[in-house]
Amino acid sequence: MKVTGAEAIVKCLEEQGVEVIFGFPGGVIIDLFDELEKSDITNVLVRHEQAAVHAADAYGRVKGEVGVALVTSGPGATNTVTGIASAYCDSIPMVVFTGQVPTGLIGNDAFQEVDIIGITRPCTKHNYLVKDPKDLAETIREAFYVARTGRPGPVLIDLPKDVVVAKAKFPEPKPVKMQTYRPTYEPHPGQIAKACKEILKAKKPVIYAGGGVIASDSNEELTELATKLNIPTTMTLMGLGGFPGTHKLSMGMLGMHGTYFANMAVSQCDLLIAVGARFDDRVTGKLADFAPHAKIIHVDIDPTSISKNVKVDIPIVADCKYALTAMNRWFDVQEDFNGKEQGEKLGPWLDEINSWKRDHPLGYVEEGDIIKPQFVVQKLHEMTNGDAIISTEVGQNQMWAAQFYHFNKPRHFLTSGGLGVMGYGFPAAIGAQMAAPDKIVIDVAGDGSIQMNIQELATARQYKCPVKIAILNNGYLGMVRQWQELFYDKRYAGTDLEVSPDFVKLAEAYGAVGLRATKVSEVEPVIKEALATDNTVFMDFVIAREEGVYPMVPAGKATTEMLLS
Amino acid sequence: MKHTISVLLQNKPGVLSRVTGLFSGRGFNIESLSVAETLDAGVSCLTLVTRGPDPIIEQITKQLHKLIDVIKVVDVGESEFVEREMALIRVKAESHTRAEVLRVIDIFRGKVVDVSPKSYAVEITGPQSKIKAVIDILKPIGIQEIVRTGTIAMARAKKS
Repeated sequence: MKVTGAEAIVKCLEEQGVEVIFGFPGGVIIDLFDELEKSDITNVLVRHEQAAVHAADAYGRVKGEVGVALVTSGPGATNTVTGIASAYCDSIPMVVFTGQVPTGLIGNDAFQEVDIIGITRPCTKHNYLVKDPKDLAETIREAFYVARTGRPGPVLIDLPKDVVVAKAKFPEPKPVKMQTYRPTYEPHPGQIAKACKEILKAKKPVIYAGGGVIASDSNEELTELATKLNIPTTMTLMGLGGFPGTHKLSMGMLGMHGTYFANMAVSQCDLLIAVGARFDDRVTGKLADFAPHAKIIHVDIDPTSISKNVKVDIPIVADCKYALTAMNRWFDVQEDFNGKEQGEKLGPWLDEINSWKRDHPLGYVEEGDIIKPQFVVQKLHEMTNGDAIISTEVGQNQMWAAQFYHFNKPRHFLTSGGLGVMGYGFPAAIGAQMAAPDKIVIDVAGDGSIQMNIQELATARQYKCPVKIAILNNGYLGMVRQWQELFYDKRYAGTDLEVSPDFVKLAEAYGAVGLRATKVSEVEPVIKEALATDNTVFMDFVIAREEGVYPMVPAGKATTEMLLS
Repeated sequence: MKHTISVLLQNKPGVLSRVTGLFSGRGFNIESLSVAETLDAGVSCLTLVTRGPDPIIEQITKQLHKLIDVIKVVDVGESEFVEREMALIRVKAESHTRAEVLRVIDIFRGKVVDVSPKSYAVEITGPQSKIKAVIDILKPIGIQEIVRTGTIAMARAKKS
C-alpha cells in the first residue's frame, strides 16, 4: 500500500500513541498539518516555535512519554533550538519535526532554508534528514526509540517538502533494532555487591539523587533504599520529587541554592551515593572541596556522566530503576542485615544533620506588609496541598519554587535545569495542563522571564488551559541583580525593568483573568480566587524588590562557604 | 599523552561532522584524522590522534561511543600496534642535488612519483618519526611542497 509522506508520518505518530503535538505551520509543512487535521491527534497551535518545544518537553515530562513538536523550515526550525538545547541538557525525551525545502533545493540558499541538522547536531541526542520517502516510517520509529531509551533526549527529523508529498510503500511496524545503539539497563551484579557492602560500612552516608530517578520512574525504589538503610537524601533541582520532600530523611536540594544542611552533609559524608545525577557545577561548587571525605558510588545510564567531573570509586552503568532494585534485593537477602541496627548505627549522623537543620533551616525574614516571595510559594504549597504541578521560569523565581514547594511526587516540578531558559515556564505549564487536564498547574514566574514567552497567553486561552501564573514581581531581573548586589557593588547594570506591562490588564486583554496582590493580606485571597477560576489567571504579586535567594554558594566557592542572608 | 583512537562508524552523510563537532564543542584536540570506508561500504574506519591526560582520553572514548552512528571505539595504543603515515614531498632537485635526493629517498625506502627538470616528487610511508626524519634531511636541500595524510593504525595480531 502506497501512502504519502504526510500520511506515513501521521500513521507513525498514531503507532507511537501520540495524542497531542505542539506546532506552528509554514509553507513547506502545510501538507502535514493538512493530514493531521484529518486525524485524532490534537495540534496545539502555539504563538512561537520555542514555546512549542517547551510545551512538548513539559507534556513529555508529565506523561512520562515522548513529547512532539512540529514546525516549518528556516525560522520555524531555528526558533526551536533553545527548546531543544534545554531538553538535551535535562535529558527529556522528545521528537521535533522540522519542515525543509525540497531535496532538490537543499544547499541552494532557498527561501526559508536553513541547515537545521547542522545547527542542532550538538544539542540533540541524534537527528535525521529524510531524503527518500521510503525511509520515512522507519526513521520516525527509530527516532522515537532513540528519544525514549537509554538516557532520554530530543531527536530531530528534518522533512523536505517533496518527501512529505511523495508516495511510498508503508512498511509494517516491527521492533526497532539498531546495530550501534544499545544502552545498558542492567547493572553489573559485582558492582552492586561492592556498592552495597560499602553502604553497610559507611557511618555518614548521603544519597544524592538527580533527574535520572524521575526519568526512570524509580522514586519508589529510591525511597525504599533510603528508608531501609536510614540514609539522608538530597536532591538536585532536576531530582526534586524523586524522593518525598517532606520525608524526615529529606534534606531538600543541594548546591548553589541548596539547604545549609544538605551542603554540610555532603561536605562531611564518608559515602556519597549519586543516583541519576551528573555532578553539575551548580551542585558541586569548587570541585576540589566537593565531598572531600567521601567514597563515591555513581549510578547512571550514561557512561560519559561517570568520572566526568568527579572521580568515582564505584561506577554502576545502569538504569536507576534496575540498579536501585538490585541494591534493595541485595539487602533483602543478606541474612545478617538488620534494618533496625543499621538505622541505629546512623543515629549520630542523623543527629548531626538535624542539628544543622535546627541551626539554619530554610527561611526568610518577614517585613510587615511587604510580600515576601517565599511566603507566596509557601502559600501556593499550602493551598494546593502540595499536589500541584509547578513549572518555573529561570532565576530567583525558580530557586524559591524549588526551595519552598516541597515536592513529594515525581513529574510535578518542571524547570529548565541545565540550560536555564527564561521563558520555559509558561509554555511548559500549557504543555503540562494538556497532559494532565485535571491537575492544578502553576507557573512560578518572575516579571522578567514571563515576558520571554508571554505571547502564549493566546495559546492558553485558545485551548482553554486554566493554568495559573504566579508572577513574583520585583521590577528587576532579580537573580542577576542579586549577583550585582553581592559581587558588583550594587551596580545594577541592565537589570532594572523600568517599564513592564500592567500584567492584570494584559491578561484581561487576552480574555484571561488578572489579579494583583500588593500586601501580605492579599496573597491568600488572590490565590484562592485564582484556584477557583476556570480560566487562565495571571497573579501579579508585587514583592520585596531586593529580596535575595539564600543560602547561596558564590560561583567557584566550596559548597560549605554559603552566604546565609 | 598521545593516543591513537580507531573508530568504526556507519558511513552516513554528516557522520564526520558529528565526530569533529564533538571534539570542537568539548574542547578536545585532534592532531590528525584519517577516514575511509572498510570492506563493508556501509562502514567507515576513522583513525584519529589526540593528546590529553587520562581522564580526558576516557571522556573522548566514551563520548565517541555515545554517538549513535558509532559502532566501535578502540584506543589502539592499549596494545601493540602498527601505525603509518604517508607524505608526498616535492623537493628541489637541480643538477648538483639530484643524486643526493635519490640517495636519501632510497635510504628511507621512498619512491619518486613525479619528475621534472628541477624537482622530484617523492612518496614516503612510515610511522610519524620516519616522516619527520625524511623532512629534516630534505629541508636543507629545499622542500617546495608537502602533503601528508593523517596516521592510520592497526593493532598487532596476538602472537600465539
